[in-house]
Amino acid sequence: MYLYEIRDILDAEVIAGMSRMDREVDFAFGADLMSDVLAFVNERTVLLTGLTNPQVIRTAEMMDIAAIIYVRGKRPDTASLELAEENGMTIMCTPYTLYTTSGILYNAGLKGIDELGVVT
Amino acid sequence: MSSRDMVILSYRVNPEDFAKAGDASSNTKKVLKKLGIPSDITRRVAIVTYEAEINITIHSNGGEIIVSIDKAKIEIIARDYGPGIPDIDRAMEKGYSTASDHVREMGFGAGMGLPNMKRCSDEFQIESQKGKGTTVTSTIYIHD
Ligand SMILES: Nc1ncnc2c1ncn2[C@@H]1O[C@H](COP(=O)(O)OP(=O)(O)OP(=O)(O)O)[C@@H](O)[C@H]1O
Ligand SMILES: [Mg+2]
Repeated sequence: MYLYEIRDILDAEVIAGMSRMDREVDFAFGADLMSDVLAFVNERTVLLTGLTNPQVIRTAEMMDIAAIIYVRGKRPDTASLELAEENGMTIMCTPYTLYTTSGILYNAGLKGIDELGVVT
Repeated sequence: MSSRDMVILSYRVNPEDFAKAGDASSNTKKVLKKLGIPSDITRRVAIVTYEAEINITIHSNGGEIIVSIDKAKIEIIARDYGPGIPDIDRAMEKGYSTASDHVREMGFGAGMGLPNMKRCSDEFQIESQKGKGTTVTSTIYIHD
């Protein structure tokens, strides 16, 4: 699914990396604990989180994650935004909660990481 | 890199400095990219250094991370000055964490850091002495 499609179905506001919405992802992963992200994701994954500190961006950087979606109206802090721009990431904010956001994306065909068989 | 070349990166990691936590790993990743190390290897090194950096920041009195890169392998040494890990087997269990609520709110404390580091390493070793400190050594081989 393309990032611009994700933006549209989530009524999301794009606050970084607007010029790179033509990237494609196959999976989504929701987490507020960064080691879970480091354990399970790959670079074809979009990260859903409610955590707004720079460690989220650092974690995404380590995993080559292209896009992060902040749920339930949360916005990353300024330090996070700067780091995201520096790393060419796309950042979106959606008003929906984590559960609703996940449901919308799943319905639209974005798979969970479980389907790769990596979650044990 | 010619066969005799070796690159050594060394970083100091301060306790509870969350603004800087991740800088060492970020820099290491950029250097590996520049050296043309394969991306899957680079990602494994990034995970190990980042988890190590966060552990030193959260759990220790401060320490350092040394990354040595030669033609065949990358070795990551994460060393700190205490308080040490009382039960290493326990610490290696998935989900075991002594992180405070304050640290959990920042996104850490899943108890997955050490297991992640081991999974990403070809060789992995922890030595710890109560009061003295902990040294985690990870080796990742570079394939062609
Ligand atoms: N450098 C260290 N010094 C002292 N104790 C440590 C150190 N590293 C890890 N530990 C201990 O081992 C436990 C497990 O570490 P691990 O990295 O697996 O999980 P965590 O840091 O608690 O959470 P996560 O890494 O998932 O954010 C820690 O909670 C802590 O008690
Ligand atoms: Mg840890």
